[in-house]
Amino acid sequence: MSKFWRTMLRNPGGVIGLTILLLAIAIAIFGPLLFPTSPWRMVQRPFLPPFTVPGLPLGTDALGRDVLAGIIYGARVSLLVGLVSTMAALAVGIPVGALAGYFGGKVGDALMRFTEFFQTVPSFALAIVLVAILQPSIVSIVLAIAIVSWPPVARLVRGEVLSLRTREYVQAAIVTGQSHSWIIWREILPNALSPVIVLASLMVATAILLESSLSFLGLGDPNLMSWGYMVGAGRTVIRQAWWITVFPGIAILLSVLALNLIGEGLNDAFNPRLNKEGR
Amino acid sequence: MLKRVLLSLLVASALSTAAFAEEPKSGGVINAVIQPEPPGLMVGLVQNGPTQMVAGNIYEGLLRYSPKLEPLPGLAESWSVSEDGKIYTFKLRKGVTWHDDKPFTSADVAFSIEFLKQTHPRARGNLAQLDKVETPDDYTVVFTLKQPFGPFLGIFEVGSLPMIPKHIYEGTDYKTNPANNTPVGTGPFMFKEWQKGSFIRLVKNPNYYIKGLPHLDEIYWHVIPDAAARAVAFETGKVDVLPGGSVENFDVPRLTKLKNVCVTGAGWEFFSPHSWLWLNNRQGPTANKKFRQALMYAIDRNFAKDVIWNGLAKVATGPSASTIKYYTDKVTTYDYDPAKAKALLKEAGYKGEKVRLLPLPYGETWQRWAEAVKQNLQDVGINVEMIATDVPGWNQKVSDWDYDIAFTYLYQYGDPALGVGRNYISSQISKGSPFNNVEGYSNAEIDQLFADGATAFPDSKREDIYLKAQKILTDDVPVAWQLELQFPTITRCNVKNLVTTAIGVNDGFRDAWLDK
Repeated sequence: MSKFWRTMLRNPGGVIGLTILLLAIAIAIFGPLLFPTSPWRMVQRPFLPPFTVPGLPLGTDALGRDVLAGIIYGARVSLLVGLVSTMAALAVGIPVGALAGYFGGKVGDALMRFTEFFQTVPSFALAIVLVAILQPSIVSIVLAIAIVSWPPVARLVRGEVLSLRTREYVQAAIVTGQSHSWIIWREILPNALSPVIVLASLMVATAILLESSLSFLGLGDPNLMSWGYMVGAGRTVIRQAWWITVFPGIAILLSVLALNLIGEGLNDAFNPRLNKEGR
Repeated sequence: MLKRVLLSLLVASALSTAAFAEEPKSGGVINAVIQPEPPGLMVGLVQNGPTQMVAGNIYEGLLRYSPKLEPLPGLAESWSVSEDGKIYTFKLRKGVTWHDDKPFTSADVAFSIEFLKQTHPRARGNLAQLDKVETPDDYTVVFTLKQPFGPFLGIFEVGSLPMIPKHIYEGTDYKTNPANNTPVGTGPFMFKEWQKGSFIRLVKNPNYYIKGLPHLDEIYWHVIPDAAARAVAFETGKVDVLPGGSVENFDVPRLTKLKNVCVTGAGWEFFSPHSWLWLNNRQGPTANKKFRQALMYAIDRNFAKDVIWNGLAKVATGPSASTIKYYTDKVTTYDYDPAKAKALLKEAGYKGEKVRLLPLPYGETWQRWAEAVKQNLQDVGINVEMIATDVPGWNQKVSDWDYDIAFTYLYQYGDPALGVGRNYISSQISKGSPFNNVEGYSNAEIDQLFADGATAFPDSKREDIYLKAQKILTDDVPVAWQLELQFPTITRCNVKNLVTTAIGVNDGFRDAWLDK
C-alpha cells in the first residue's frame, strides 16, 4: 500500500488533482458553515461585478444572489451527484459484468445484449428523456446518470473476469468445490478492481459534467443550487455580466480536471511497470 | 415612474404635433418580428397572440379603442345606445371595400356574428346576451340584447370580433375554405406572401377608405425562433420593430440603450396582462385565508417589478388591472411586510407543511421570478418546494388542481365582466381548463355581484357593484395578485406613430410611418 501511495505521489498530475479534489470536498463540507445564508437569497443589487463590494468577491447574479455562495453550495450538489450516481452505476455494472464474464455462454450473451441495448442509445439524450419523464429532481438526475453510465463498467468488468477466470488459482478454487459466489466475490473481483477504480474516478467527472449539462438545460433540481444551473441561468446575460457564468464554469472545469488527473495517477500507481516502460 | 415618463412624452408629443405638426412621410418598408410563427392568419378561426398581431392589420373590427379603452370609429363611423341599454345601432362607413374589391356592407356584419359564434369561443361568450341582429339597410346594423350588457361596446375589437367577408365564406366549410391561406379583409394592409419559417409579407391596400392611409408600402414579419437571435437581428438592423414579448426582459435595457431606439410599455391596455399566483383554495395551507394573506405580505412585489421586469410592470392591487373599467385602489392593500406575514402564519396555525410552487414555464424571466418568490416565502418560514414542469405539464397540473401555488398571467379585455369575473365566480370552477376559476374560490356574494355587474344599467350602477366586489376579493385573497405586466414594444425611433391604440402593434400599422 505504501508503495502505491509513493508511486501516486510521485506523479505530479495526480498530486495536483488530489489537492484540488480535497479542497473541493472541504468546501462542500465546511463551506456552508462559513456561508450560513442560503445561496438563493437576494443579498445585494443584481449584476454587481466581482470585487466591487466587500463580502461579495465574485459579484452577484441577475437577482442579486451571491455568486460565491452559489459556487460553494454548488460544490455539494455536484460532488454528491457525481459520487452517488457513480456508486449506483458501479452497483449495477459490476454484478452484471461479473456474472456475464464468469458464466459466459447464454447467460453472458443475454447480459451483454442487454448492456448493448443501453449503449446504443446516445447517453446524454437518454438522460434528458429520463429526467424529463421523471420530472427534474435530485433523485431522478442521479438515477438517469447511473442508468446511462453503467454499461461501460459492465463491459470492463466482464473483460477482466473473462481473463481471470482461466487463471490457475481460480481453476483451483473451482476444483476444491468453492461456491460460484465465493469465487467471484473473493477470488476474482478483488483482482479485477484496479481498472474499475480508475474508470470510476473518470465516471465521477463525467457525472459532474452530465449533471451540469442537465441543469444548464433547465433540467436540474429547481430546489438545489448547482454549477450547471448557474452557468445556464447566467448564459442569457453573458454579454452584460460575464462573471455569473465564468466562475461556476471554472469550478466545473477544475473539478473535472482534478478527477481526470487523479484517474491518470491511479492508473500509473496500479500499473507501475506499465508506467516505467512508458517512460 | 415609467408611466409618468410615458405620459409626459405623450403630452410632449401631443404638444409638438400641435405646434409643429410633424407631417407623416409616405412610403417605406418595415421589418418586424413575429414570435412565435402564427398557426394561421384567418383571425376568425385562430386567435393566438401572433395571429392577432399580424391579422389585426389585415382585418378590422367595427370599433377601435383608445389607450383609455374609449371606443373609436373603425368600420362603424358612429353608434348609439337606446335608453334602456338594450338596442345598439351602428352606422357603417360608406365606400369600404374588401381586398378583392367587393363592397363591405351590413350583411357582412350579420354574417360575421354568425360565423364567430361558431368558431370563436370568446366571441361566443361576449355575444351571449345578443338576441338578434338586424340590417335595415346596407349601412346600418341594429343589435338587440336580451338584457342590458354593460361591456357590449367593448367587444368589437378586431381580435375579438373581426369582420369576415360573407361573399367568400357563406355556404362553405369555414375551417377548410382555401381562402384561409390568403386572408381577405378590409384593413390597411393586404396579405401578399408567407414563406413558412421565414417571413410573412403584407403590402399596402391602395384602396383603403381613409385617404392617405396607410403610409407604409410593405411590412415584413420575420420569424426568428431563438430569443437571442431576435435581439441580435434588432441590433444588426435586420428588423426595426420588436413587439412586446419578443425578446427576454434582461435584453430590454441593453437594446434600449442603443442609439436611435425607442421603447414604450403602451399598447397593451386592452389585454392588460395581469399576473398572479393561483392559490389552491381547496386543500393544504393555502385553503386558509390567513395563510393566503400572509403570502401577500411575504412577497416583495416591488423587487419583482424592478429587478425581474426591469421596472416594466406595476404592482397589482387586486383582481382588476388599473387599466380596466371600474378599477379602484381603495381596497385592502398588502405591502411587503415579512413581520406581518410571520404573525399571520402563526395565527393560521401553519406548522411547516410542504407547499408546492409551480413556476410558469415561459422562459428565464418566469423562472427567476419563481426563484425570488420562493426565497421570499422561505424567509418568513414557509417550506416551499419548487416543481419543474414543461408547458404541457404545467397545463395538466393546473387544470387538474394538482398544485398549491402556481404562477400565471391572463388577459383582462378591458371590462370586469369580460376578463375578471371568470377567475372568481363559482360557475367557472371546472376541472380540465387552466384559464377559469382554477383556485376553487367559491363565494355566493361574489357570484351575485359579478352576475349583476354584467347586466346592470346604467354604468354608475355597475361601478358600485364592481367596487364592492374588488373590496371583498382583496380581503379574501383567493389568488395572490402580483404585477400588471407591460410588454415593451421596442422600435427604431424613426418608426413613428406605431402604438396609438389599446391593442398597440395589433392594429397600429394603419397610422404608422417611417421618418427617413
